Amino acid sequence: MSETPKFKVTIDNISIDVPAGTTILNAARMIGGDVTPPAMCYYSKLKDSGGKCRTCLVEVSKGSEKDPRPMPKLVASCRTTVMDGMEVKNITSPKVVDARKGIVEFLLLNHPLDCPVCDQAGECDLQNLSYEHGSEATRYEFKRRTFEKEDIGPYISLHMNRCIMCFRCVFTADQLTEKREHGILERGDHAQISTMLNKSLDNDFIGNVIDVCPVGALTDKTFRFKNRVWFTKPVDAHRDCPTCSGKARLWMRGEEVFRVTARKDQWGEVEDWICNDCRFHKKETKDWVIEGPSKISRSSVIAQGHYQGNVGTAPTPVLIDKVIGKQPKYTLDIHSISDVNRPEIDLSKIDGPAHSNDFK
Amino acid sequence: MAKKILLENDHIEGIRYYDTYRKNGGYRAAEKAFKMSPADIVEEVKKSGLRGRGGAGFPTGMKWSFLAKPEGVPRHLVCNADESEPGTFKDRYLMEFHPHLFIEGLLISSFALGSNATYVYIRGEYAWIPDILEQAIAEAKNNGWLGKNILGSGFDCEIYVHRGAGAYICGEETALIESLEGKRGNPRMKPPFPAIQGVWMRPTVVNNVETLAAVVPIINLGGDEYAKIGVGKSTGTKLLSVCGNVNKPGVYEIDMTCTVEEFIYSDEYCGGIPKGRKLKACIPGGSSVPILPANLLLKTAKGEARYMNYESLSDGGFATGSMMGSGGFIVLDDAQCVVRHTMTLARFYNHESCGQCSPCREGTGWMYKILKNLEYGKGKMSDIDLLWDIQRRIEGNTICPLGDAAAWPVAAAIRHFRDEFEWHVNNPEESQTRNFGLAHYADPIHVPASA
Repeated sequence: MSETPKFKVTIDNISIDVPAGTTILNAARMIGGDVTPPAMCYYSKLKDSGGKCRTCLVEVSKGSEKDPRPMPKLVASCRTTVMDGMEVKNITSPKVVDARKGIVEFLLLNHPLDCPVCDQAGECDLQNLSYEHGSEATRYEFKRRTFEKEDIGPYISLHMNRCIMCFRCVFTADQLTEKREHGILERGDHAQISTMLNKSLDNDFIGNVIDVCPVGALTDKTFRFKNRVWFTKPVDAHRDCPTCSGKARLWMRGEEVFRVTARKDQWGEVEDWICNDCRFHKKETKDWVIEGPSKISRSSVIAQGHYQGNVGTAPTPVLIDKVIGKQPKYTLDIHSISDVNRPEIDLSKIDGPAHSNDFK
Repeated sequence: MAKKILLENDHIEGIRYYDTYRKNGGYRAAEKAFKMSPADIVEEVKKSGLRGRGGAGFPTGMKWSFLAKPEGVPRHLVCNADESEPGTFKDRYLMEFHPHLFIEGLLISSFALGSNATYVYIRGEYAWIPDILEQAIAEAKNNGWLGKNILGSGFDCEIYVHRGAGAYICGEETALIESLEGKRGNPRMKPPFPAIQGVWMRPTVVNNVETLAAVVPIINLGGDEYAKIGVGKSTGTKLLSVCGNVNKPGVYEIDMTCTVEEFIYSDEYCGGIPKGRKLKACIPGGSSVPILPANLLLKTAKGEARYMNYESLSDGGFATGSMMGSGGFIVLDDAQCVVRHTMTLARFYNHESCGQCSPCREGTGWMYKILKNLEYGKGKMSDIDLLWDIQRRIEGNTICPLGDAAAWPVAAAIRHFRDEFEWHVNNPEESQTRNFGLAHYADPIHVPASA
């Protein structure tokens, strides 16, 4: 047994014992399911990451057993460690739900929403976040911010307009590679990921910034516009690589390998970093030993239709009686938005095929 | 005549230089302090009830006692001279004209906290002041007040002046620490607090210039004596920098017992509003504190006179009160437009946001754009509610207080001056040619009589 004391923490009325020093977010991940706050900038494998996007804000309704006062503000769960007896409210707190809705709106404010031409679409954290926590329309009426396009080398494409400033790629380059060549220039809403004087990113492991990017700001140039991720099938494969672990995920269509990425776990985080050679140059089936189809969450669009037997476990149902005490509200109620659908009109009572006149 | 402590010798020519300062009682407090133990100095500061003069008003003695003292790890005192709040220029006056008072305060505080290397982080735009400070530091050093074994006490102290590069955010203590370390000035996540892990992960105290200068009279008078000046928890004197529509803008020292009305209209201080105009609104503590209309500024919601001190200015909370803040007193007369004023502040915060966390990075720019539309007659009625909603979602959800500082002025302007915003929306053309004027903002507030 380890010597770290165990702290009892209650998140949305579900209690769990975690080692001291665990963050609220990680404690919530141990519980899993809907009580886990979303994280756009926190990355458990990167030291010092987190705290910036503010999507993981939670309410601490009881500080600890010793000091039961609630915390005055919402706290970033990814950077706040648990105390013994702490009580946290995530989806059960209207304050948190409201604040998170605001954060999603802020993140999407200047996001170009060019999902139809974005390579990240289908595996984009921002898409998932806005679908789950955002509102259906923006109230922003101004021109969106744009940046000049910058070329950062033959393998990685930087699309700064899509960036949400999570700092993950900077931490990755800082902690994984020996010499970081990119960082943040400027400040405020003009802060941008950039290399000084248009240098290209050149390092054996720099390709990993593509995997850590939660949006489509950093994408793979060798896969650019080749295919949509949900048309390709992910399979786990490995090869004997002299530089990295060689454990990768191939995205295939038929026998053709379209893209190679690192394997990601259920929180969308990379399991083992892979090198540029594996990622950009080994695009033939003969380079790899294929292990089998990857486990993809049922809720992902990538899982659509492909893997009836391999979709992982069904999601645990929300403990409605325990957590919220009421039925969940649907994210998008079509009747409140559309004037065409009139639920009170009974289609079976209409003579013949329905016509727009019937809904007037 | 109010008591002057910090600016007591302001009239003496050449007080900037060591010889004159010494002749007029300078470094007496340091002599006294080096005969005391560091713990006793902290105790005196605690007794004095001195509150941080940088804006938050946190008790200085308590801050000092939080400083961790692990064995073998150096501690640091950092002086926050990055005074960038629009409307605040009191520290500039102290550093420019009373550098030795400031250095004496730094020396005593360094001794009390055990800081052998003390840093002054000064804003880049004060380009000429580091030279003044460095000259004064050299003079002090030549006379044995800095360097090794000061006054035979065995205590070594060096003061370094570090120039910032012109960023408001570096006035936030953790961003200041990052910048001092040579990194990008992004605020850090708290905890750990600087008192535990600050500069180079060593225990650090960050204090404002005026706070440290106030340590000198505290040692001279003794903590108890100092606490008798002022009222309640607002002890001592406070420097206020006055700007805007007053006859005599400038830096004033008050002992926190005068009323706001007296401060604005008496000849001893601001000397009233020029050209016979009327007072419309005022920001009593630097751009980030809530703006108040004339009626709520002079009288609290209960109908009592409002005084220039921490408690009275914040009487009524944010609903009907404001804050002492950093002492940047900005006065607006009836020819000023609150919408335009709020837009200017929003532009400032948009420009100065560091871009680290999303609500502030995106929200400040959004607020500025909406306010620009409102000011130039392109606004909609729904924009006012939208502004309210944006500020509400920025406030409290950011890493550092810049988000709050950006949200409060907008919130207060809408809270108190909503009809002026609405007038801008309803009269898009007229609003471009004339201002809303005083309207009812100076009318007495109806105070319900208690039974």
